[in-house]
Amino acid sequence: MSGVSSSWSVTEPSKLSKWLAATLVLAYTLITLLPLLWIISTGFKSGPDSISYPPKVVFEPSLEGYVNLFTTRTRLGAEAFAALPPPETWYDRIVRQSGMVIAGPSRFGERFLNSVIIGFGSTALSIFLGTLAAYGFSRFKVPLKDDLLFFILSTRMMPPIAVAIPIYLMYRQLGLSDTHLGMILLYTAVNISLAVWLLKGFIDEIPREYEEAALIDGYTRFQAFRKVVLPQAATGIASTAIFCLIFAWNEYAFAVLLTSGKAQTAPPFIPTIIGVGGQDWPAVAAGATIFLLPVMIFTILLRKHLLRGITFGAVRK
Amino acid sequence: MTPTPLDRLARATPPSMARRVRGLSDRTIAWLFVAPTIALLLAINIFPLIWTVRLSFTNFAANKPNAEVKWVGLRNYERILTDDGIWATMQTTAHFLFWTLFFQVLIGFTLAWLINRKFKGNDLLTTLIVLPMMLSPAVVGNFWTFLYQPQIGLVNYMVELLTGTPASSFSMLGPGGLAPWSIVIVDTWMWTPFVMLICLAGLRSIPDYIYEAAEIDRASKWRQFWTITIPMVLPFLMLAVLFRGIENFKMFDMVTLLTGGGPGNETLLTSIDLKREAFEKWRTGYSSAYAIILFVTVFGLASIYVKALNKVKER
Amino acid sequence: MKAGYLAAASAMALVSAVAGRADADDLTLCWAAWDPANALVELSKDFEAQTGTKMNFEFVPWPNFADRMLNELNSGGKLCDLLIGDSQWIGGAAENGWYLKLNDFFAKESISMDDFAPATVYAYSTWPKGEPNYYALPAMGDANGWFYRKDWFARPEIQAAFKEKYGRDLAEPKTQTELLEIAQFFQGREIDGKTVYGASIFTERGSEGITMGATNALYAFGFKYENTPGKYDMEGAVNSPDAVAGLEFYKELYKTATPPGYDNAYMEQSLDAFKSGQVAMAMNWFAFFPGLYADPNVGGEHIDFFVNPAQKVPASTLGGQGISVVANTDNMDGALAYIKWFSQPDVQQKWWSMGGYSCHNAVLNDPGFKDSAPFAGDFLEAMANVQDFWQEPAYAQLLLAMQERLHNYVVADQGTAQEALDGLIKDWTEVFEDEGKL
Repeated sequence: MSGVSSSWSVTEPSKLSKWLAATLVLAYTLITLLPLLWIISTGFKSGPDSISYPPKVVFEPSLEGYVNLFTTRTRLGAEAFAALPPPETWYDRIVRQSGMVIAGPSRFGERFLNSVIIGFGSTALSIFLGTLAAYGFSRFKVPLKDDLLFFILSTRMMPPIAVAIPIYLMYRQLGLSDTHLGMILLYTAVNISLAVWLLKGFIDEIPREYEEAALIDGYTRFQAFRKVVLPQAATGIASTAIFCLIFAWNEYAFAVLLTSGKAQTAPPFIPTIIGVGGQDWPAVAAGATIFLLPVMIFTILLRKHLLRGITFGAVRK
Repeated sequence: MTPTPLDRLARATPPSMARRVRGLSDRTIAWLFVAPTIALLLAINIFPLIWTVRLSFTNFAANKPNAEVKWVGLRNYERILTDDGIWATMQTTAHFLFWTLFFQVLIGFTLAWLINRKFKGNDLLTTLIVLPMMLSPAVVGNFWTFLYQPQIGLVNYMVELLTGTPASSFSMLGPGGLAPWSIVIVDTWMWTPFVMLICLAGLRSIPDYIYEAAEIDRASKWRQFWTITIPMVLPFLMLAVLFRGIENFKMFDMVTLLTGGGPGNETLLTSIDLKREAFEKWRTGYSSAYAIILFVTVFGLASIYVKALNKVKER
Repeated sequence: MKAGYLAAASAMALVSAVAGRADADDLTLCWAAWDPANALVELSKDFEAQTGTKMNFEFVPWPNFADRMLNELNSGGKLCDLLIGDSQWIGGAAENGWYLKLNDFFAKESISMDDFAPATVYAYSTWPKGEPNYYALPAMGDANGWFYRKDWFARPEIQAAFKEKYGRDLAEPKTQTELLEIAQFFQGREIDGKTVYGASIFTERGSEGITMGATNALYAFGFKYENTPGKYDMEGAVNSPDAVAGLEFYKELYKTATPPGYDNAYMEQSLDAFKSGQVAMAMNWFAFFPGLYADPNVGGEHIDFFVNPAQKVPASTLGGQGISVVANTDNMDGALAYIKWFSQPDVQQKWWSMGGYSCHNAVLNDPGFKDSAPFAGDFLEAMANVQDFWQEPAYAQLLLAMQERLHNYVVADQGTAQEALDGLIKDWTEVFEDEGKL
């Protein structure tokens, strides 16, 4: 795939065309990043600055959005407000400026934690099951192998809402609605197709000779898998894990239909962050920033395997 | 040539190392390794699918667990296929599908072609361009409603700045016919990098000697583009369209957060309509039939498409 | 292999440990996220102090509230022990056994429904309607009312201009027609160098907004759901000439007297428009009036309130909720103890003083009540004439149909009012046929 020849001859683009291309691509990059920069900067605006017209590019940074994200606030009567002792902490002070007091923590922390638990739980399970299945498909004659592999893939074609109808009924019956376990199992089922396809590709690339040698050395098949194949596939497993994690992290449709509180993840929660009288955009932006940042970092780490991940291993670079 | 899923499906099973070694037999291990995955998929995909088929012949309503469930035969299917509203949502979905694919292929390919000029820093820019597609569509869709606000939104402001049309004179998500385009814009913003990445892989797979040979034959750059570049990239492009097509047919999260199907029903995609039927009106039997019809549609269209894709690759 | 299974098993154990972390003695109360909910948090601190029970709160924004909570009840989730649910849910909640029937508990604790305003007991607690089967304790009375810029109305130059145009003094409207005239009068007017608009009204499509707004006009014009209550005979009631006139009126109000871009507006947007000084009048739930009155910019002397004006009949759209015990709670005793505490007259009195609309007679019939807030008298007047949407188990379907018909006609300019209401009867007939009620 990476068979780009290093000898530039007639195919080497001219200086001018390079410049032109660079300029155009740079322009596109700036435009496409603008919404993301806007999210991040809105998180640091005060309420009035966030909805000012014309939109403010230069503004006095404020942590109001982040404080509002993590707290619930209440408006006291004028007398009660005046009778309060002076604010003790910096976040108390920020809230008091808008004539309110902190009533308690918000639910954002819990929802974020749910995202972490369900994301990592389902990733661990998908990788565990996916590695075994991928190895099985890669190395052994499995009856109906091609059909099974295609079946695994086709489960990804179902619209999530269609899948959710029977799952909803099933979970209600089993008591799995709004539980971490229910969401972990569901995300694992969705992710496993990706995990199997990607990992099978990675394991196919590991020469069989290594295992053969190990078997001859007296390893059992299982030992060979553990001591030879797994270490070799480590990079592949790691990048597959990140793809699974990102899917579970971003998923919305199942989360909004099958969870309501205890196991609700951040994506259905963030759009429902509202302040007193109107959507609190700085708080939404703050929540979005905290939520999106890990994925941005992972994307940059993953850039070498990105293509492979998003095409189920169909295109390798 | 890069293998596609179908290639690999078709690829012959590698020669077996099936011989008995110490410990479990290969056969046992194979089943031990594959079975849990198959079991999970049976439990969470196939069993529910069969259940959905069964429900689709009943008048079951999930919010009335005590009501008597009656078999209604094919009535649910009949109602759906003769319902003008559902045909309208199919059209809306088709509009969304066509235009998102059109713009993503156009812009994505152009970008890939430009990046393939191999200018300095193209790696960095590629990584930055890719960022939007990895983010949560729900969270991003929600934030775009802010960018689309009349008056205070960034989009309207930019339009005013560039064209002089007053920012408060139009509403991207309101009535006035712009909403179907607004969702196309956000989807294009998010997913153009996907098409771009795949095209880039395609462009980079073309060996230089083909161009060198064409140079020697004195083929013009224009001719080289149409006779070498496009045909060689086409299988990649078609793969990208397949992925995006399936994903956008399923589209729910981003558009729900952006418009919820409104204004009126202008952006009511099938998935959003299905969600209303199944989880707001709780017509479970009816929506099961709806789900089956959608599944058959996407499966059928994808199969036809894959056949075409294989033909293109054989050439 | 063993190690792998062990790891998976312990991961599962960890997950279930985390999942089950909420204490069985805690109580979780679910409601919509709005001003009164914050007041309830403060109020409940007394309950926590008295009983030692820790209260958790789950507040969902209005646009998602019905969806989320009905889904939660329906899926048998264990999120809420107590739920302050919308009045229209009671039919479904009672028939599906989602709410605990409270009659025995009321009898045992001698809580009498006669102590609460009859309209609120009827609307928030009973199913079938008016039967003495109680599934909730009236918790928060509410109706759709209006507020306006008293300071603008009082300006001599505006007074004079209005008198010249309409031949009467500019004052709180007494009829819907007067309301429209006043709104049109302000539409596009310059006040303090800013263009202002007539009124902000509900037009939202996704949940219940436009229905709750338009019914304010429809009821006042004489719209009825049925000719004979309980018979589902909608022809001639839902699409009566009065109803058509009411709907045409609402569209005219929207088209000629609301700020631009308010095509999908509900509570939040109505508040935004008013607070940012864009509109002279606005409709909204009484629940927000304490907060509006306290607003530093548009509250106090800038604002006053009025009941939805009559046209043919005095009527207001009902809001408000009762508090119910979710039937599958793990802490039934705690939940009932909360209801018992909440029903006490002195707690109810404090509830009102903090901004919650008590439905208790001891509060409402207090001679000082009318003067306790500038909107208190209006509240009593509104609650005397409230009408509510269907409370049928199929309410969600009925509501979605009305949302679509109204929004298509009023906002998206499709068809006529007559066609919209005829179509609505068709949709509703289909629903009632599916329900076996027709």
